[in-house]
Amino acid sequence: MIALVGRDLRLALRSGGGFGLGLAFYLLVAVLVPLGVGPAPATLAAIAPGILWVGALLACLLSLDRLFALDAEDGSLDLLATAPIPLEGVVAAKALAHWLTSGLPLVLAAPVLGLLLHLPPPGYGPLVLSLLVGTPALSVIGAFGAALTVGLKRGGLLLSLLVLPLYVPTLIFGAEIVKRAAAGLDSAAPMLLLAGTTAGAAAILPFAAAAAIRINLR
Amino acid sequence: MMPDLGAYAAAVLGSYAATLALLAAIVGLSLWRAARIKRTLRDVERRRERDLG
Amino acid sequence: MSIWEYANPKKFMQASEAVLPWLAALTAVSLVVGLIWGFFFTPDDFRQGSTVKIIYVHVPSAMMAINAWIMMLAASLIWLVRRHHVSVLAAKAAAPVGLTFVLIALVTGALWGQPMWGTWWAWEPRLTSFLILGLFYLGYIALWSAIEDPDTAADLTSVLCLVGSVFAVLSRYAVNFWSQGLHQGASLSLDAEENVADVFWYPLLVCIGGFVLLFLTLVLLRTRTEVRMRRLLALLARERMA
Repeated sequence: MIALVGRDLRLALRSGGGFGLGLAFYLLVAVLVPLGVGPAPATLAAIAPGILWVGALLACLLSLDRLFALDAEDGSLDLLATAPIPLEGVVAAKALAHWLTSGLPLVLAAPVLGLLLHLPPPGYGPLVLSLLVGTPALSVIGAFGAALTVGLKRGGLLLSLLVLPLYVPTLIFGAEIVKRAAAGLDSAAPMLLLAGTTAGAAAILPFAAAAAIRINLR
Repeated sequence: MMPDLGAYAAAVLGSYAATLALLAAIVGLSLWRAARIKRTLRDVERRRERDLG
Repeated sequence: MSIWEYANPKKFMQASEAVLPWLAALTAVSLVVGLIWGFFFTPDDFRQGSTVKIIYVHVPSAMMAINAWIMMLAASLIWLVRRHHVSVLAAKAAAPVGLTFVLIALVTGALWGQPMWGTWWAWEPRLTSFLILGLFYLGYIALWSAIEDPDTAADLTSVLCLVGSVFAVLSRYAVNFWSQGLHQGASLSLDAEENVADVFWYPLLVCIGGFVLLFLTLVLLRTRTEVRMRRLLALLARERMA
């Protein structure tokens, strides 16, 4: 399984689209919103938690449709399905690789973008923590969406339609953490809920995604 | 005959109008599709009987 | 005689053909009676004025929007476990009907709230949850359209329905959590089910019954269409191969 994660990482690094694209998109969101909304610091500070979270969501979406598509095209998905590791493990490994290349960079970039959006000082730590806990959920939910649409030629838009509603709980809890922290309030409750959502998603979605892949490989 | 809806006439009438419109749409669509598929199936089945018979 | 007999498509078509006209007639009668009774023959509410009349369309459609999804969940499970085509086709048939109910609930909910809130839309927990439910319906319907092979589509949409159900419940909870932050306070809910007086309750019951019957009628009609569609596609495929 570790080999699988390593392989995916190397593929992402080689193709170049992995790291950079999501990060660039995240930056773009942080630039476009003030351009659209106006530069007033108070306005930006109020919406910063939401923008940072929604931007992360959208940035994660970008690399999802390639999650299984490349392997499906060259037949390696069939091989993986019949390999000794359970398909659920394969899905988990791929989701992990996706998180390392797409989610984790966002976590690291977020504080910088927070500066651009005038996020109040108490918010930075919880911002990083909330994204750290929440982005794995985005990857594993995304893997499920990718598994459903792996057979489709241009499943990207459909993938977004399927995955974004599933992102709602993570988004709500994650943004709430940052909002409360920025206002100086305690953010333990939404943090627990976020962690619970991520844990639950990581527990059940590899099974659902594996089922979807098997269905698509028939 | 019409009850006095007072200040809320737009909201109440709008709600009923929207409801009836949407219900008419789904019912109409369902009936139309049902008729179309039924007809197409009948044509294909007739064609099949002709070809087999 | 068990309900599983109707898993056989032929039996299902025969039985539904007999039942459908009666069901449709009953639906029409209850809807007409309920809506006319509610609209013309009920008083105004002390607090809400004549807008209380909106409950006769809003409450039944909101209830059915949720019930339709639950039926789809049950039907999807039956398909995954017992592989009865009629079941999954019924789920496919129910989705657009459920979506319509969501739209009615949203529009009537917004219109009802407008006099109270002064805006045409408010991000209030119930409406927001229905909006999200609408997105789940859209995704389900879109996935059916996107997949070519009918059995693959049936399986994938059923898995989506299962996962979607878990997240729909979680989202409902999350949205409630999210709306607590509203500084306007919690009294924006359109809770019409609490302490509804008899004079409103009876016509409401008839309307709810009418909407339930409408759902059953439409699903029966649409499932028949789906069964025919499946046979049609199979015949066309055979023609192409010959």
